[in-house]
Amino acid sequence: MTAMTNSHDAHDEHHHHDTSKTTLFGFWIYLMTDCLLFASVFATYAVLFMNTAGGPSGADIFELELVAWETAALLVSSITYGFAMLAAYKGNKGSTLKWLGVTFLMGVAFISMEIYEFHHLITHDFGPDRSAFLSAFFALVGMHGLHVTAGLIWMIILMLEVKNRGLEKRTQTRLACLSMFWHFLDVVWICVFTVVYLMGSV
Amino acid sequence: MSNHHDHHEEGHGSYSDYVIGFVLSVILTVIPFGLVMTGALEKSTTLITVVVFAIVQIAVHLKYFLHLSFKTEEGAINLMTFLFSALIIVLVVGLSIWIIYASNYMMMM
Amino acid sequence: MLGKLSLDAIPHDPIVIATLIVVAIGGLALAVALTKYQKWMYLWKEWITSVDHKRLGVMYIILALIMMMRGFADAIMMRTQLAAATNGAAGYLPPEHYDQIFTAHGVIMIIFMAMPFMIGLMNIVLPLQIGARDVAFPFLNNLSFWLAASGAILMNVSLGLGEFAKTGWVAYPPLSGLQYSPGVGVDYYIWALQISGIGTTLTGVNFLATVIKMRAPGMSLWDMPIFTWTCTWANVLIVASFPILTAALGLLTLDRYADFHFFTNDLGGNSMMYINLFWAWGHPEVYILVLPAFGIFSEIISTFSRKPLFGHKSMIVASGAISILGFIVWLHHFFTMGSSANVNAFFGVMTMIIAVPTGVKLFNWLFTMYRGRVEFSVPVMWTLGFMVTFSIGGMTGVLLAIPGADYILHNSLFLIAHFHNTIIGGAVFGYLAGFSFWFPKAMGFKLDVKWGKRAFWGWQIGFFFAFMPLYVLGFLGMTRRLNHTDNPDWNIWLYIAAFGAFIIAFGILSQLIQLFVSFKNREQLKDTTGDPWGGRTLEWSTMSPPQFYNFAVEPDGKGVDCFHAAKQNGTAYQRPEKYAPIHMPKNTPDGFLIGMLLTACGFGLIWHIWWLVIVTFIATIAVGIKRCYDNDVDYYVQPEEIEKIEGEHHAALQKQAEMRA
Repeated sequence: MTAMTNSHDAHDEHHHHDTSKTTLFGFWIYLMTDCLLFASVFATYAVLFMNTAGGPSGADIFELELVAWETAALLVSSITYGFAMLAAYKGNKGSTLKWLGVTFLMGVAFISMEIYEFHHLITHDFGPDRSAFLSAFFALVGMHGLHVTAGLIWMIILMLEVKNRGLEKRTQTRLACLSMFWHFLDVVWICVFTVVYLMGSV
Repeated sequence: MSNHHDHHEEGHGSYSDYVIGFVLSVILTVIPFGLVMTGALEKSTTLITVVVFAIVQIAVHLKYFLHLSFKTEEGAINLMTFLFSALIIVLVVGLSIWIIYASNYMMMM
Repeated sequence: MLGKLSLDAIPHDPIVIATLIVVAIGGLALAVALTKYQKWMYLWKEWITSVDHKRLGVMYIILALIMMMRGFADAIMMRTQLAAATNGAAGYLPPEHYDQIFTAHGVIMIIFMAMPFMIGLMNIVLPLQIGARDVAFPFLNNLSFWLAASGAILMNVSLGLGEFAKTGWVAYPPLSGLQYSPGVGVDYYIWALQISGIGTTLTGVNFLATVIKMRAPGMSLWDMPIFTWTCTWANVLIVASFPILTAALGLLTLDRYADFHFFTNDLGGNSMMYINLFWAWGHPEVYILVLPAFGIFSEIISTFSRKPLFGHKSMIVASGAISILGFIVWLHHFFTMGSSANVNAFFGVMTMIIAVPTGVKLFNWLFTMYRGRVEFSVPVMWTLGFMVTFSIGGMTGVLLAIPGADYILHNSLFLIAHFHNTIIGGAVFGYLAGFSFWFPKAMGFKLDVKWGKRAFWGWQIGFFFAFMPLYVLGFLGMTRRLNHTDNPDWNIWLYIAAFGAFIIAFGILSQLIQLFVSFKNREQLKDTTGDPWGGRTLEWSTMSPPQFYNFAVEPDGKGVDCFHAAKQNGTAYQRPEKYAPIHMPKNTPDGFLIGMLLTACGFGLIWHIWWLVIVTFIATIAVGIKRCYDNDVDYYVQPEEIEKIEGEHHAALQKQAEMRA
């Protein structure tokens, strides 16, 4: 760190190594590409959801109570991540780690419920190979789940980083990127529970 | 508000932002779930309500959790980017659905 | 252990075996030469691990040129096959080989020739034009390149191991589904496109962040040079459309690997949705290819007419209009799927409307030349050739936009002629124009003019001989992807088309000779000032090739054509009293590592070698995490070093000025 601080002092007019705003903007554009990815799969779901091929429809298999709990887990994890970010900007390492831990547990709860749901469906012979509707359902919900899983792995890495390196600028930027990722996944989930579960159960 | 916080305020949101966002989100989630689970309203009304609530909730998340706004420079460019993406999404998803449903109709499916 | 891979995977076709032997000998010769001249370390340190946008740009263009040879070899094989296989003769390419050739030709030319060429030029020029020292994310830029290379490697491995897709470059299901394409061909297609496509998406993200966040002080968005602007629109299209391709390919992958039913004939699948998604990407993709070419022509016309571009702003707006309209025309690729009359009418009308902003551009170029002193250099010749050729392509496009006409012409050679007319006459001519325009900037010496003109005439004349007959053949009812024909009326046109392909071959050969001759005479052709054409934008204010940090002092980017203005008021080339240290990214092998790991991962997926997939996938993530944890990614260039490099540049400038005096 000393070397970096020195070079910073020496060339104060050059703030180029503080690229956090560029990083955050770049990450936001990446999220927009992810948005389009989800949109394409949503479009596919919208086109295929009636093609049940004699298999079950959404109303037959969805358990809204479970989905409500999943939604609750994700929503709570959003606000706890927000608290982690506020703590990180204050430089409060312990509090950051604590809130990240809570967020992580909420994420794990969400994923566990999703795995339970998928497992339940597959063991009842309602796997993705059953019909185009189920293919689209598993692909769309599963893709969101994979994103959440990736977010959880990333969260572990960042927790280790915060623990080992503290809350220097780069780490804060990385936390902010994951923050956007996490909140973005919550936005996608709003679309998932609305379009897939709620509209499918009406 | 401490100095430290002031320094970081731009584009990061505050404690109250997150709490407001959370409370609004809870309300905007519970109502559509309740409507669908109880079947209180007519089918088409429920569908429209659910969609409207979802759109409002997305806006809430964007404002309170993702800190999009026209006020800060960062928020504005992010918001512009998002609005453009949203336009493309509406075009791609909307037109795809139109195309495929129209062709299904032509094939009398 | 090796999944589906066995010795049977090596093709027995003599043409393929001969090709493999030639490639092996060539590769060996290259390896021997690198060893003999001890260049391996140089290659590794200065190129493979480089995060310098200029180096990466050069590597992209080398990739594009190599792939152009491969794609052109496919093209000339198709044309000779069709010229030989008339009157019911079988020709020399059996259908299963021929089908792979036309698929490979399309994929290579679009994904591995045109895209890398465009991205290469953008890499070299865009950061210089906006006065930046590098792109926003230099490591990501290196990674993008290696992902593109990874896709290209997989694509070419299919030549020697297994087969390539026989589906046409669009790979429509159900033909590309497991039932009708059980081999590895479609899997090669999927993973080559998927990996390189992700690289392209990252490039789009990277360059958008670059133009938004890295512009020189004073340069407003409206001030950005037109090439930067058209690239920016192309990048907007990349980030908005490539994810759709990723999704379409991903869903096809699930169909083939995991028994999903998106596009299958049974259990409710709808193959039309693949076609729909493919073209929702595919149409913006053609604008991704052609918009930067429009930018190149604009720069060239303005520079060599010694005038500012007519309607700089209208050009930017027209490109933006094309970008957004580009998202609402895609159905015209499949009018014949038989959606409703309303749908076809809407997309037909939108397609005709998109010709309007393109027309605006054409008039802008004409008005730029009007009353200018147009210098007939090689780049200008490409530009003029483009204006004629592309206009024809555009007009046949408007013809095809009429759904009723399209029902007759769909999948006929008329369509083939049309899109070659726009892609060769628009995009490729643009890249070749840009290639000769910016070559001195990238390499430090100009290209030989004589061979450059020969290359142009070879391409231009060859193009008309090769493709005008295809319009006629389309009207005569010949469809695309035929392996042999039996209609005497078609013969003469097929012969002319094959003849045209050989003239284009002469053009390509001239280009290779041009490179060789120019390299040999590089001392005479040397560009000492960095501004060989009297350029108007910031890239010409640097050395040729530019200093690795591009600009010793952040330039003033205010106003359109700011370097021209600076030369006019004598503020160009000013030296500061003292240089400040420059912050630069360090080279890294991580991008290369990830690229190669994903190549192996893709190979494992293609051949169902699951242990390889798991190992390389985990290793990829591990390298990624390692990279994220790495804080030692940058350094400072010290003022003494800058002083030295800049001193040499200014001495050369002074000498030039004295010689002129």
